[in-house]
Amino acid sequence: MRRLLFLIPLVLAIAAVHLLCAWTGTLYYLTQMTMSAYYSLLVIGLCVVMGYAGQISLGHAGFFAIGGYLAAAFTTRNLAGLQDALPVRMLDAAGLLVSGRDVYGGAQLVVTPWAACVAAVLAAALIALLIGIPVLKLKGHYLAMATLGFGIIIYKIALAVPYFGGADGISEVPPFNLLPGLAITGGSANRIANYYIAWTLVLLGVTLLWNLIHSRVGRALRAIHGSERAADSIGVDTARYKLYTFMLSAVFAALAGVFLTHYNGGIGPSEAGVMKSVRYVAIVAVGGMAHIWGALVMGTLLNFLSLRGVFGTYDDAVFGAILILIMLFAPEGILQTGIMDRLRRLVSRREED
Amino acid sequence: MALLEVDSLRRCFGGLVAVKDVSFAVEKGVIKAVIGPNGAGKTTLFNLISRALAPTAGRVRFDGCDLQGKKPHQVASMGMARTFQNIEMFSGMTALENVMVGCHVRSRAGFLASMFALPWTRPEERKIRERSLALLDLLGLADLADKEAAGLAFGQQRAVEFARALAMEPTLLLLDEPAAGLNIYETAEVGRLITRIRDLGVTILLVEHDMSLVMEISDEIVVLSFGQVIAQGPPQAIQQDPDVVRIYLGE
Ligand SMILES: Nc1ncnc2c1ncn2[C@@H]1O[C@H](COP(=O)(O)OP(=O)(O)OP(=O)(O)O)[C@@H](O)[C@H]1O
Ligand SMILES: [Mg+2]
Repeated sequence: MRRLLFLIPLVLAIAAVHLLCAWTGTLYYLTQMTMSAYYSLLVIGLCVVMGYAGQISLGHAGFFAIGGYLAAAFTTRNLAGLQDALPVRMLDAAGLLVSGRDVYGGAQLVVTPWAACVAAVLAAALIALLIGIPVLKLKGHYLAMATLGFGIIIYKIALAVPYFGGADGISEVPPFNLLPGLAITGGSANRIANYYIAWTLVLLGVTLLWNLIHSRVGRALRAIHGSERAADSIGVDTARYKLYTFMLSAVFAALAGVFLTHYNGGIGPSEAGVMKSVRYVAIVAVGGMAHIWGALVMGTLLNFLSLRGVFGTYDDAVFGAILILIMLFAPEGILQTGIMDRLRRLVSRREED
Repeated sequence: MALLEVDSLRRCFGGLVAVKDVSFAVEKGVIKAVIGPNGAGKTTLFNLISRALAPTAGRVRFDGCDLQGKKPHQVASMGMARTFQNIEMFSGMTALENVMVGCHVRSRAGFLASMFALPWTRPEERKIRERSLALLDLLGLADLADKEAAGLAFGQQRAVEFARALAMEPTLLLLDEPAAGLNIYETAEVGRLITRIRDLGVTILLVEHDMSLVMEISDEIVVLSFGQVIAQGPPQAIQQDPDVVRIYLGE
């Protein structure tokens, strides 16, 4: 598999971080590295939308929340009282429900994490489809506004609907048994295993998107970015390609939400907040727009620092500031434009004065 | 039956009638030119034919099929290619990649096949690359394959746009002022190229201001003025048409 060689540096880096933490006695960092991995899953999906297809979404925290909240709700909301209802009986017959005891010892019947995950991701894809068809006809600021509106709606729903727990969100979310013996769950006992599970999932995601970018479809997406008129005239179904890319990134965001929710054992409305969406856009921008690697590195680094509390109360402000700086100095992304040239020119102009 | 039939095509922009009940046909295998003064509606006519713009009234039939309600990408996949008056390169992509995008309608790897790199996608990708390199070679651009297309010289960009259109293996090629901005040598080169493409079996409809080029290579000419067809016929007849002479030389 020569085409997978590009993953080697990433694999080495993942192992190196683990060893470094073990060596310095800071294994607790792996918790934040695991959470950052899941956020990065969202970021690389958004990177394809922004950097390659040339669209923007200020609503991706919404898709993350759809994934996380549905997974949390399905795997915690007790269906025991509805045991005789036909849909519940059908789910049970299909083996999609698990029974157990709640904290008070009462009978509990909930959806299995796998079934909840599939349902949550399908829901996100469907919503992306329904939102995307009208919204992706828009361009630039209008698209940004429309996706922002979508994000706000999801946030308000998370906050207002009792089923989703209001301001408290949903807690007590059970572990997600991906494979026998491999469960996504928090707690220091599972820390190292979960670090590797998360990064394996990211490796998978990166591989899929890398393949996509370096294919006929990836070329068509970049063509849309370059000149939509010409792409149309050459036979690229631009509307469909934009829509599929949007849906794909929504699926990545929803998966990130599902996984992180199981890892954290819960989810709250702040995950659906508009500032989260802004943060993701800022990360893709600072990563170089059309650079999966840049998005991955920046997504991991900035989220890690943020989760460690390095930015303190300025957390959101830092990401806002990053966005402003990028838009001012390198709207195409740092690695894209000759920012070094620009800086040099700026400096030499100073010298002439 | 003609390859392209334009029937009473009309397009208004507000109060302006940019294309006014234009009808003509393009037979298979010919080079047909559309000429006319600036603002006559030539580019608008091309946009209507390729469905980049919807007509206010009238019909276009291509290859026996009514284009009513079709999207530009559908028309393209039916075998109609075009170039733009103000060259439209895919910026941020190399010359080779630009041409490879041209192979889009002649290949089929979709989202899932590409993401999972299904085994059959690799030979397809190799074929796309080889065909595109061959086309660049045909147009004398082989050395520039890996250069960013939008950074090339004007004439070279024109040639890349040409190669990109040819990669679609079109049956009809619409060229909007292919010689604009070129010097006389390059213009002569483009003329030879167009004839060569025609000889390969591609029908050509072109808009061009360079009269000597038009008169030399085209089999038939349509003259537009203020959105209307004022003359139609072989080059010799058009050169002697009093209306055309009046428009081009002034009263
Ligand atoms: N999108 C548009 N909106 C409004 N008016 C338009 C539009 N496109 C073209 N026009 C007008 O329609 C008329 C025909 O324009 P068109 O570009 O088709 O002319 P042309 O024959 O291609 O000219 P040229 O030789 O300068 O390229 C012009 O008066 C132009 O201003
Ligand atoms: Mg024109």
